[in-house]
Amino acid sequence: MISFLARRIFAALPVMFLVALIAFSLLYFAPGDPAAVIAGDMAQPADIAAIRETIGLNQPFHVRLGIFLWNTFRGDLGISIFSHKPVTALIAQRLEPTLSLAVLTIIISIAVAVPLGTLAAWRARGLIDRIAMAIGILGFSVPVFVIAYLMIWFLSVKLAWFPVQGYTPLATNWSGWFYNLILPALSLSTVYIALITRITRASVIEVLSQDYIRTARSKGLSEHVVLLRHALRNAAVPIATIVGIGVALLMGGVVVTETVFAIPGLGRLLVDAILQRDYPVIQGVLILLSAIYVAVNLLVDISYAIFDPRIRN
Amino acid sequence: MTGTRREFLQYTAAFALLAASANRASAQSTPNVLRFVPAGNLSSIDPIVTSGYPIRNHGYLVYDTLFAEDENFEIQPQMVDRAEEGDDGLVYTFSLRPGLKFHDGAPVRAQDCIASIKRWGGKDGLGQSLLDATDKLEAVDDNTIRFTLKSSFPLIYVALGKSSTPVCFIMPERIAGATDSKTQITDATGSGPYRFLPNEWVPGSKAAYEKFDGYIPRKETPSGIAGGKQVNFDRVEWLIIPDQSTAVAALKRGEIDWFEKPDLNLVELLRGDPSVVVGDYDPYQGTLLRFNQQQKPFNNVKVRQAVMATINQEDVLVAMVGEGNYEVCKSFFFCGTPMSSGTGSSVMKGDLELGKALLKDAGYAGEKVVLISATDIPWIYSASLVVEQLLRNMGMTVEVQTMDLGTYFTRRNSTEPVEKGGWSALVSGAGSVDFLSPAQHLALRGNGLAAWPGWPDDAKLESLRADWMKATSQDQRKKIASDVEAHAFQSVPYVPLGQRSQITAYRKTVSGIVKSPAPLFWNVRKTA
Repeated sequence: MISFLARRIFAALPVMFLVALIAFSLLYFAPGDPAAVIAGDMAQPADIAAIRETIGLNQPFHVRLGIFLWNTFRGDLGISIFSHKPVTALIAQRLEPTLSLAVLTIIISIAVAVPLGTLAAWRARGLIDRIAMAIGILGFSVPVFVIAYLMIWFLSVKLAWFPVQGYTPLATNWSGWFYNLILPALSLSTVYIALITRITRASVIEVLSQDYIRTARSKGLSEHVVLLRHALRNAAVPIATIVGIGVALLMGGVVVTETVFAIPGLGRLLVDAILQRDYPVIQGVLILLSAIYVAVNLLVDISYAIFDPRIRN
Repeated sequence: MTGTRREFLQYTAAFALLAASANRASAQSTPNVLRFVPAGNLSSIDPIVTSGYPIRNHGYLVYDTLFAEDENFEIQPQMVDRAEEGDDGLVYTFSLRPGLKFHDGAPVRAQDCIASIKRWGGKDGLGQSLLDATDKLEAVDDNTIRFTLKSSFPLIYVALGKSSTPVCFIMPERIAGATDSKTQITDATGSGPYRFLPNEWVPGSKAAYEKFDGYIPRKETPSGIAGGKQVNFDRVEWLIIPDQSTAVAALKRGEIDWFEKPDLNLVELLRGDPSVVVGDYDPYQGTLLRFNQQQKPFNNVKVRQAVMATINQEDVLVAMVGEGNYEVCKSFFFCGTPMSSGTGSSVMKGDLELGKALLKDAGYAGEKVVLISATDIPWIYSASLVVEQLLRNMGMTVEVQTMDLGTYFTRRNSTEPVEKGGWSALVSGAGSVDFLSPAQHLALRGNGLAAWPGWPDDAKLESLRADWMKATSQDQRKKIASDVEAHAFQSVPYVPLGQRSQITAYRKTVSGIVKSPAPLFWNVRKTA
């Protein structure tokens, strides 16, 4: 198991290097100039030129790339061109809201989708199955922001049950944390509920047709034991895969939800940085998101090895 | 199993109760905190290096100014107690009000003011002109500043008190004196009515300010930016809500108190809400069609004149802000401000047939016109689409190239031909304070490649500006401003597209918002 892990971690290093290289190069060649954004609407050419010089944008590509790679290697992601705060501090401020939203979303998604998909498979082509598939189609078809706006209008503005926007840090007030996150997590989880329900249903249906399930039933085991202990466990690998991919996508895909609910997360940080051309922040967040993606994939691989020991070899 | 289910139900009920109590706490209005949604992000805390309005507005919370503009655009003393002018007009002596303090408790001294003026003058055009005209800027004592000028500079009060960016905010000498005007400061210590709370600043999400108990307001009633800054809140919180619909919902729900610039498409939702007031705090917001005079076809003055004759401001204004929220204003200064006369504006006929004929006479040969537009600024995009159609109707070959504001700011600095990434025309705009006089009006500069993008090379415009800056009476200034307009309607540095009010929305519990070019946080109060 240790050598399996070591191999996986070692394979991730060149991936991270390539991500850093591509992130830097893309930004270097992309249109836009942070100096022009800093100088503002009424800026004159001389203002912009002076700011470019001050923030080091006039240095050649190879010099800037070298500095960036060396600093990144040392764990220094630089200073925001605009706020003058260290990028690591900005990321630290924004990591908790995004992680909180992602974790709550995935918990809701799994809690709803796995039982729903399992039941749908158990009663395939029955009423439960049809309801589950209808939920699946709805979740895929209606964009998250539409669901978010509908929830805000009905649950926040009309019924005044939930806040419209904002975020309360977990350390400040856990009930406030939950209360601020429940609507965003619910709206974001619709698409993941749809995805995981369908995958769970398909996997369990396939397992339920296997000989060992027939054997288990013929031994006289109760149906819920057959379903939970034998069918669901053997269907776990594709479900774990899709949950893992879901978590990784969530980390980079929460932008819309964070924007609609004004949650100060990584997605918002990245979008604001892109709009302002705050290069160090863009590069830092991209590297972090890639690292999370790699880490989640690693965890998924580990879960395979747990669910199916043959994979370790 | 039954026990587990019961426990689950108990936990669920407890959680719902907690959520409900948090709900009440969240929706409860706190009279001593004003929650404000600004029009843009507070991306930086340096109002000298960064000229964006949100950063200037942050500046008015944190810093004070020597002078300030009142609602009639007259300059009034602010930190200054007495201003004395020598008989020859070359010596100005300013005494500070007694008891002024910075947020760190240090007294405001003349030396702080001098360091701040020098830093500001390194960035601001008018400030640079003032410093160029200054022979000696000295602290007579800790409380007195003296300007000794080489040549007359009647605009000294305007320069030090104007609210167009960058504003001459006063910082401690240890900050202003140690940071050049191109490097951003990292310490927001000021002497203004509120203290910035750096630890609570999350760029793109939140900025917080607390009342500065050491601030001594003037006795006068607030007027524009001038007058007494009476603070009625312990805290002001800026919440950055990028989604307009969410901000509108938060205002209706009472989670925020004041939404600076609601989108006009959403204003109707707010007008119908009895708990919300929709008003305006700045009637002067202008829009313009700027030409790139370094490239074809708009390097030809006759082509620009043809467009000037064709444009009908109402077509553009209705698309931008809807019926009733605008004023047709055929002037290069805002209608209703002292320098506006509209002299020469008869050329703006809104006559398409005339425009076509003039374009033909101008020798337009079908050169491609690239109109660049920022889609994340709705009024720029709406106006661009109308302008595009008007130019097409005239017979021009037009391509609208859309982009985000960051790219737009960068792209418009390109003097290259359109085939090499340049541009031909763009829609932009400004607030009243930017277009108040020839001295502050960057879009009326004619100093070629050193000018604002569009780069008109117009010696007469520059000469009139210089004359205006030397004028010693308001009548003289008005006469020269009238000459500037008469000339500009012929040379067409841009086409004025009219003016609109700045709509704002706030809870009915909020009162006392001062009409000014910036959202101000003094005199405002809130009832529970």
